[in-house]
Amino acid sequence: MKKAIDVIKSLFLIELLKGMSVTGRHMFKKKITVQYPDERTPMSFRFRGLHALRRYANGEERCIACKLCEAVCPALAITIDSDLREDGSRRTTRYDIDLTKCIYCGFCEEACPVDAIVETRVIDYHGENNGDLYYTKEMLLANGDLMEESIARDKKLDAPYR
Amino acid sequence: MPEWILYLLDFLPDWDWLHVLLIALIKVVAIVAPLMLAVAYLTFAERKLIGYMQIRVGPNRVGPRGWLQPIADALKLLCKEIVVPAKSNKYLFILAPILSIGPSLAAWSVIPFTDTLVLSDINAGLLFILAMTSIGVYGIIIAGWASNSKYAFLSAMRASAQIVSYELAMGFALVTVLMAAGSLNLREIVLAQSGGITDWYLWPLFPMFIVYFISGVAETNRAPFDVAEGESEIVAGFHVEYSGMTFAVFFLAEYANMILIAALTALMFMGGWMSPVGALADTPLLGDGIHWLLLKTSFVLFFFLWFRATFPRYRYDQIMRLGWKVFIPLTLIWIVVMGVAMFLTPWGYLFH
Repeated sequence: MKKAIDVIKSLFLIELLKGMSVTGRHMFKKKITVQYPDERTPMSFRFRGLHALRRYANGEERCIACKLCEAVCPALAITIDSDLREDGSRRTTRYDIDLTKCIYCGFCEEACPVDAIVETRVIDYHGENNGDLYYTKEMLLANGDLMEESIARDKKLDAPYR
Repeated sequence: MPEWILYLLDFLPDWDWLHVLLIALIKVVAIVAPLMLAVAYLTFAERKLIGYMQIRVGPNRVGPRGWLQPIADALKLLCKEIVVPAKSNKYLFILAPILSIGPSLAAWSVIPFTDTLVLSDINAGLLFILAMTSIGVYGIIIAGWASNSKYAFLSAMRASAQIVSYELAMGFALVTVLMAAGSLNLREIVLAQSGGITDWYLWPLFPMFIVYFISGVAETNRAPFDVAEGESEIVAGFHVEYSGMTFAVFFLAEYANMILIAALTALMFMGGWMSPVGALADTPLLGDGIHWLLLKTSFVLFFFLWFRATFPRYRYDQIMRLGWKVFIPLTLIWIVVMGVAMFLTPWGYLFH
C-alpha cells in the first residue's frame, strides 16, 4: 500500500510541486540583501578594523614604546623601534603594522596600557600596490587624528564592560 | 515584407538571385536579432529570478536596476582572449560552438509566429525541428572531444547519452500531438487548436505535455538535468576549456535552445499565437497575435528558471532511469491508448 502511494506521489510529481511552492513563495518574500556601499549592517563598538594610534588632547602621542603590543601580536605584524626623545621621554621612532599579516585579533589593543593603539570600525580600505598595506607610524597617527571622535565614543561605550 | 524594403530593393541590379538572397537575409536577421536580444535578457531574467527565489535581489548595479547587465556581460566576453589548448584539435575546437548554435538558430526558421508570419512554412516542420534539435548535441560531443580534457570528454559522453535518451521520449510525446492534429506542419498544428483555451492540446494530452516539457529541460541540459555541466563534479563539463567568445556562443546556444523548446511547447500544447478566449480572436489586443506566442513562451521559460532555482541536480543513473524506464514506456502506452481511442472507440473526439 505504501509503495502504491509512493508510486502515485512520484507519478504526479507531488514532492516536486512542494519544492516549487517553497521557492515560489520565497520569490515574494522581503529581500534580505544589504546593498553594501549604500547600506551597511549595524556594527559593534568593539569592532576590530583598521588600526590607529591615538594622541592625548594636548597633541602628545600616547604610545610610550612599551612594546607589549609587539610582544603579544600572534601574527608578528607589529615592528617597533624606540629611542629617547630630546625632552628625555621614551617614544617610538618606528611603529609599523603590516596589515597583510594582521589577523585583527585585537590583542594589541587589549595589551596597550595607555590606549594608544586601537582598532577602528573602518573596514573598507585597500592597497593598489605592493606595500600599500604596510602602515607606518605617521599613517597610523593620521588615522587616529582623523577618527579620534569616533574612537573616543567607542571606548566610552565599551568602558562599563571592562 | 514591408513595402519600403521592396522599394529599396528596386535600386539594386535586376538579378533574381540577389533579390531572393537579400529578402531571405533580411528575414533571417529579423528573427535572429531579436532572438539574440531575448537570449541576453533571458540570462538577466534568470539571475534576477533565481536571486529573488533565494531572497536576494540579483544583479542591480549596471545601468538602471541592472538592465544593462547582459550588455556588460556580452562586452566582457567579446573582449576576452580565446584560449585554445595546446593539445586540442584546433579546427574541431572552433567548429564545436558553431555546430552548437547553428541548429538552434536554424530551427527557428519553421516556427510560425502568427498565421502568416513564418520564414518557411514547410510541410514537415515538426520533423525539421526534431532533426535540428538532435544535431545540436554534436556541438557538445565535438567540444568534449576536441578539448582533449577528461572533464570535457566525460561531459560529452554524459550529454550525448542523455540527449539521445530524452530525444526518444520527446519525439514520442510529439507523435501524440501530430496524431491529434493530423499534420506535421507547425502552422496547421496550431490552427488545429483554435477556439480558445479549452481547445489547446494541453488538456487532452496533459501527461504528454508534462513528459515533453521535462524532456525539453533534459534536452537543453538545464537544471536539474545539467549533469553535462555539473560544476561540482566535472567543473564546467564540455565547455571547461572554452573562454571568451567561444564560450559565449555555447552560452547563446543553450539559451536559444531553451527559448526554442519553450516556443515549441507554446506552439504544440498551448495554441501558439491563439488567444486563450476564442470569442475574442478578432479583437486587436486580446485577440490572436504574436504577443500571445511571446507571452506563452515567456511563461514556459519562467518554469525553466523556476526549476533551476528549486531542484538539486539528478544523479546520472536517475536521469537514465527516468528517461528509459518511465518516460519512454509512458509515451508508448499513451500513443497506443490514444490510437485505439481515436479510431476504435466513440471517445476519439476528445483528441479532436
